Amino acid sequence: MKYLEEFQNPELASGLLADIRATVTRPWALMEVCGGQTHTIIRHAIDQLLPDGVELIHGPGCPVCVTPLEMIDRALAIAARPDVVFCSFGDMLRVPGTDRDLFRVRGEGGDVRVVYSPLDALRIARDNPDREVVFFGIGFETTAPPNAMAVHQARKLGIRNFSMLVSHVRVPPAIEAIMASPDCRVQGFLAAGHVCSVMGTAEYPALAERHEVPIVVTGFEPLDILEGIRRTVRQLERGEHAVENAYARAVRPEGNPAARAMLEDVFEVTDRAWRGIGVIPQSGWRLSERYRDHDAEHRFDVTGITTREPAQCRSGEVLQGLLKPHQCEAFGTTCTPRTPLGATMVSSEGACAAYYLYRRLSTPPAPKEASRVG
Amino acid sequence: MADTETLSGTAVEPPAAPDFSGWSCPLPLRDHPRVVMGHGGGGAMSAELVENVFAPAFGGRTLATLGDSAVVELGGARLAFSTDSFVVRPLFFPGGSIGDLAVNGTVNDLAMSGARAAYLSCGFILEEGVEMAVVDRVARALGAAARRAGVEVATGDTKVVEAGHGDGVYLNTAGIGLVPAGVDIRPQRAVPGDVVIVSGAIGLHGVAIMSVREGLEFGVEIESDCAALGGLVDAMLAVTPDLHVLRDPTRGGLAAALNEIAAGAGVGVVLSERAVPVPPQVANACAVLGLDPMYVANEGKLVAFVPRREADAVLAAMRSHPLGTEAAVIGECVADHPGMVVARTAFGGTRVVDLPMGEQLPRIC
Repeated sequence: MKYLEEFQNPELASGLLADIRATVTRPWALMEVCGGQTHTIIRHAIDQLLPDGVELIHGPGCPVCVTPLEMIDRALAIAARPDVVFCSFGDMLRVPGTDRDLFRVRGEGGDVRVVYSPLDALRIARDNPDREVVFFGIGFETTAPPNAMAVHQARKLGIRNFSMLVSHVRVPPAIEAIMASPDCRVQGFLAAGHVCSVMGTAEYPALAERHEVPIVVTGFEPLDILEGIRRTVRQLERGEHAVENAYARAVRPEGNPAARAMLEDVFEVTDRAWRGIGVIPQSGWRLSERYRDHDAEHRFDVTGITTREPAQCRSGEVLQGLLKPHQCEAFGTTCTPRTPLGATMVSSEGACAAYYLYRRLSTPPAPKEASRVG
Repeated sequence: MADTETLSGTAVEPPAAPDFSGWSCPLPLRDHPRVVMGHGGGGAMSAELVENVFAPAFGGRTLATLGDSAVVELGGARLAFSTDSFVVRPLFFPGGSIGDLAVNGTVNDLAMSGARAAYLSCGFILEEGVEMAVVDRVARALGAAARRAGVEVATGDTKVVEAGHGDGVYLNTAGIGLVPAGVDIRPQRAVPGDVVIVSGAIGLHGVAIMSVREGLEFGVEIESDCAALGGLVDAMLAVTPDLHVLRDPTRGGLAAALNEIAAGAGVGVVLSERAVPVPPQVANACAVLGLDPMYVANEGKLVAFVPRREADAVLAAMRSHPLGTEAAVIGECVADHPGMVVARTAFGGTRVVDLPMGEQLPRIC
């Protein structure tokens, strides 16, 4: 764990920042794909330290937020059943469905448990043979292998009362969809290092070539992020668009063959809806036919669900860099940290909350026409 | 995606093409018709429960100060008065037990008003079927903690609930203590210019509980910092009676305590993130779990707002006390951004350290 200190060294960060400043001659818009990278950027205020003109656009890379509403509603319906123990990673409990969340289901008597691994859920199933144990299998390529392993083990050990509600998503099709969007502003990508540690880098050269964007495989500590940015802007300044691995301590070109074999055995690629975005072709995994017995969607016939997404604030445009927070008509009036209309005003990671704090006195609201972006 | 769609089975009506213009994180629910765990998490939901339900129903003037303890005048004496309930699982953990917490938690709440705890009440709520040996062990731990803290358990009560309607042992303690003359310590007294001091390493209790509760191994055993802080506060008061604010950053951690003070006094707080003492084992555990040490519970730490002219002397007094050897100045109180806590990161940027909503949840990514 000494990496934590070494990769958060402020003196080394200053050197990388100086190098980035010396390299940049014009504005560039980069996207970090993974929510974990976004978290590091905000947590360490890296975006504030970059030279003017180097803009980070936060990608839709938080699997919790992009889990489709109908899947959340399905999870809520299953979790509310008296015969079910519903197991999930912690941060899914707060994600709202149409009219409630898993916390509320638990408050209404549902047996909802936070686990740290799908194998914990498997253990619960083994220890409670008279209960149906369901694990909410969400996440990118990073969490998919252990989830696949849990299903594989359930079948191998004959633990029939274990099933998984699968809503996995894949990064490369999302990058493709972003780049194919007509108003895409992204000129370079920081690819998610942990995803590549599983999948390798083979899927990226074609993307880089087709869309002429540099893609730099990047880690998650502050120095990793800065190094990813440094290499991306260096390529952009040179007019290059190659795939680079700036996270070689964790990522091999071939990824993790054992994990990939497990994925291929247990999952199959499918179209997947992303919350707030829509269906992205081939961007998800579901359990393959061989493991259908352990698929919670089939085991629990949860039908007749009507989803209803509340009216959105304009945080989507803020997140994409199309709209500055103070340009939203609700900013600072009907939308404040105390009465937020959207996620960007809720937390310290929210662009609107940060603007509210630092700039609301100096920046008068100015409405702006909505537009689209990738 | 403000559309409505009916699902049957797994069929979803696909939109024509992905549209990134409306994408954002979904907003967590705030208004719950039933109690959820977040109402007890020491964050915004806890505060809203008190503000919207309890305070209007009780109507007392004293409650409105919302400190760790209430200071009341009775028969010419100024008394600090506090109560706390303890529902921790497991009952025994590295560095302490529910018995230790029940004493230290209330003693510390009184100490945050500058009072030395004199008497405690203790209520046991026992679940039918719990082993008597467990009750005995909890009671002994509680008695030993009271003797260490120099407080007498003067009254108590026992109730038994049916099997399945409790979790073995719940405890409630209330305490009283005298507030010394000339001492006025409360959140509202924080003023710009105050220096913010924390008495030592943060996050130990929360990580210790999590490691045993969830069976997580972090390579080293992490012990709770559970301790009674009356002696440390006495040492600080010996330097100056003019301590402005003391807070015991338990649920919600340092972040919740500082936000409550900032909001209560209408001041801003600026922290230097590098100055906040986070032990490596806490940093590592939090990195693994996706938690922020600033939001993790402590049970033997205090955070103090001290006039700048007294800060050096108070810090020296704290460091000379066994429970304050790692005390550190972590920031200051400012007139800017009232009600908000801002951290200067190690790299020189700033970020908002906000009040947690409910419970802090392990992040998936």
